[in-house]
Order: sequence, then C-alpha cells, then structure tokens
Amino acid sequence: MTTKFSVQHMDLHYGAFHALKDVNLNIRAHEITAFIGPSGCGKSTLLRSLNRMNDLVEDCRITGDIRLDGEDIYAPGTDVNMLRKRVGMVFQKPNPFPMSVYDNVAYGPRTHGVKKRAALDAIVEKSLRDAAIWDEVKDRLHRSALGLSGGQQQRLCIARALAAQPEVILMDEPTSALDPISTGRIEDLAMELKRDYTIVMVTHNMQQATRVSDSTVFFLLGEIIESGKTEAIFSRPQDKRTEAYITGRFG
Amino acid sequence: MRKRYDEQLQNLHAALIRMGEMIEGAILSAVSALQAHDVESARTIIAGDAEIDQQERLVEGLCMKLLLSQQPVAGDLRRISAALKVITDMERIGDHATDISELTLMLDGAPGMGAGDLRAMADKTCDMLRMSLAAFVAEDVDGARAVIDMDDEVDALFLRVKGDIIEAIRSGRNCGEEAADLLMAAKYFERIGDHATNIAEWAVYAATGLRGDEI
Repeated sequence: MTTKFSVQHMDLHYGAFHALKDVNLNIRAHEITAFIGPSGCGKSTLLRSLNRMNDLVEDCRITGDIRLDGEDIYAPGTDVNMLRKRVGMVFQKPNPFPMSVYDNVAYGPRTHGVKKRAALDAIVEKSLRDAAIWDEVKDRLHRSALGLSGGQQQRLCIARALAAQPEVILMDEPTSALDPISTGRIEDLAMELKRDYTIVMVTHNMQQATRVSDSTVFFLLGEIIESGKTEAIFSRPQDKRTEAYITGRFG
Repeated sequence: MRKRYDEQLQNLHAALIRMGEMIEGAILSAVSALQAHDVESARTIIAGDAEIDQQERLVEGLCMKLLLSQQPVAGDLRRISAALKVITDMERIGDHATDISELTLMLDGAPGMGAGDLRAMADKTCDMLRMSLAAFVAEDVDGARAVIDMDDEVDALFLRVKGDIIEAIRSGRNCGEEAADLLMAAKYFERIGDHATNIAEWAVYAATGLRGDEI
C-alpha cells in the first residue's frame, strides 16, 4: 500500500489554543482510515487540514508538513481549488444545494469548465451510480434535492464529491444524522469506494470504525495517542487511554 | 462511567467462580468416593453434573447478553469471548468428575494401588482450576503462567500412577479390571490438568491478547 497523505511534525493553533500537537501520521491509499476520539480532541481539525479547509478559519496557524502524494499542500503557490478537487469532503449534516439533483452533481464539473451537456450527463450518471443512489433518483433528476430523505441527501452529497473526480474523500461524521438503514448504505458505499479512492472518516461510532475502517487513529487533547490496524486497535490497544476510550470508560 | 457495564462484568466473574467451586467440589468428592468406594457419594456427584451444566448455561447467557447489549471491544471483548471458551473447559472437567464417579460404581471395592498419587492428582488439579480462575478474574498473567507450569507435575503424577499399575499387573495379582479402571481415572485427572491449563491460557489472552505460542 502506498502512502497517500504524510503528516510530519504538524502543529495547529487557533489563536492561542494549541489544537494539534506534533502530529505524525501516514494515511494509506485505498484504505478507509477512521479518526476517533472525544469531542474537541482535534480529529476534525486534522481532517480539515488535509484539504486546507482550515484556511477559512481566522487565526488558524499551521506548522509542520502535510504531503499529498509527496507534494507539500501548504507550499507557497499551491492551487487550493485544485487541492480541494483532489480531496473532496462530505459533512456531518447532508448539505445539498437548493437546486435540482442534477445540478447539485453537475455543480463541481461546471465550475471546473465542463460545459457540454453530454459530458455533464455522463459525469452526473456515473457519480450517482458510484454513490449507489442512481436507481432512486434517475426519474427525478430535475426535481429539488431538498425533497430527498436524509440518507438520500447524504449519498447525493457523496455523488457531488465524486463528480469532481477526487482522489481522497474526507468524511466528517457522515452518518451521525442518519437512521440505521441509511447508515448501513453509506458504510457499504464507503467500502465500495475505497477501491478507487482513499477515504478518511471522522466517527464517534466505535462500531462503525470497527465495521468499515482498515486503520484507526485515536486522538486525545490534540495528540495522536495510538494508530494502527483497526483490528489491532480494537482487540489489543497498546495504550491504556485508547482502551478506556473505546470501551466507553471515558470521553 | 459505564457503571452498569462494569457490574455485569463483575456478575460474570462471580458466576465463573461459582461454577469453579462447584467443579472443585465434584473433583474432590469424586476422588474420595473412589478411594473409599463410597457408591452413594459417587451417585450424588453424577446427579450433580446437571447443576454444573446449568451454571454453564447461566454464564453463557451472561456473555451473550453482554455481547448484545454492550458491543464490547478490546479488553472487554477478550474477557467475554474468553469466558465463553473457559466454560467449555470447565464443563469438560465436570464431566470427568462424573466419569471418575462412574468408575467407582464399576469397582468391587476400594482400590489397592495408586491411591495416594490419585489423591495428589485431584489436589493438584483442583489447585490449578482455582488458580486459573483467580488469574482470569484478576488478570494475573504470572498466576496463569504458574498454572501452565503446574501441568508438568500432573503429567509426572500420571506416569507414576501408570508405573504403579504396571508393577501391580507384573506382580501377578489378579487385578486386571481394577488396573484398567484406575488407569482411566488417572487419565481423567491428567485431562482435568490439561483443561485447567487451557483456562490459564485463556486468562493470559483475556489480560494481554496473547494466544498459543505467543504466551
């Protein structure tokens, strides 16, 4: 397995608050990596640093090194739009745009200059198929996305992320607002998608981490306490703090 | 945090210890009944095996409930899955106490050979059972390793009983049937030692995650 992201000696401050401390981590390609830890431990902060979403946060200061396929994503002159095209994101709460299903998915490709109808049709269909929602929306492509169920909206958001043809998909608690059936669909989908993409998922659901992820990273108070194969972390954690957190005894 | 969960785990440990006490009583009674040719006592032990089986189902039920309701991971998962394996070994030990009692029913009187060593095997294997369960509950790896080492002593006692029996047969005494029964009794105790060793290995697994050759 090749390394997709390499994070070395990374520190992140929000103003005076030291949110991430000397983070060192390799994220492997074509795997699902789960970030776990109590609220405020820094897992979403690191996730958002991987496509520079934190650039939008005032007073956010990052030092150290984050590389995508060996390239420093914080190097001067980095095209942040191109980075975000390569590293897509799906959020906790489904956030479809108030427009049609079709336009939601076509939005990214249009922004990146795809104008021809046939090309857009192909991208929209492939993205919706890859997000396992095509059969449910193919007859209502031109109706508002806001009429879909929560689970459908989240898969639509995944389709929208896929339409930009990314290499990595960041998922920030993608199923926390969904019912168990929709959650199962998203989990199955994530496992399908890892063949073509690298997935990094923040989750508060320990069972979800054990079900879907290949590797798990445990964060506490801005530090990585332990990372490794998910099976090892959940059967033989090496650090007492990891054990206490995953067995629900603190956090 | 997780007070109810910890209480359920403690109940599981208590039920395991209770099952261990029942089996220990059966082993010690079985050897006494064998040595004294106490047929009544042997029958009581045989009838009591159903209670041990019932206790096994109770522990099994506690484990299943914990798996279902708490979705355990890490040390908790190891402890609960190991408990499910441990009770299988314990149930087999209980069966061997019954097997030994059935031999008592078949014998014509108190055995004339190997008696002291059979008692020693019963005492040693009871120690192993008690210590392995204590190690399991206390996550005491050293205590569990001590049990694993004790199995060699049980094996040595088995070889001594076997030697005595061979000697008795060689001496020309008319004791063929008794010799065969006592050799079986000794073998049952030797197997009890093996099951207690398995329990100790599960105790190490529950505490550390190490299995088999890793121990």
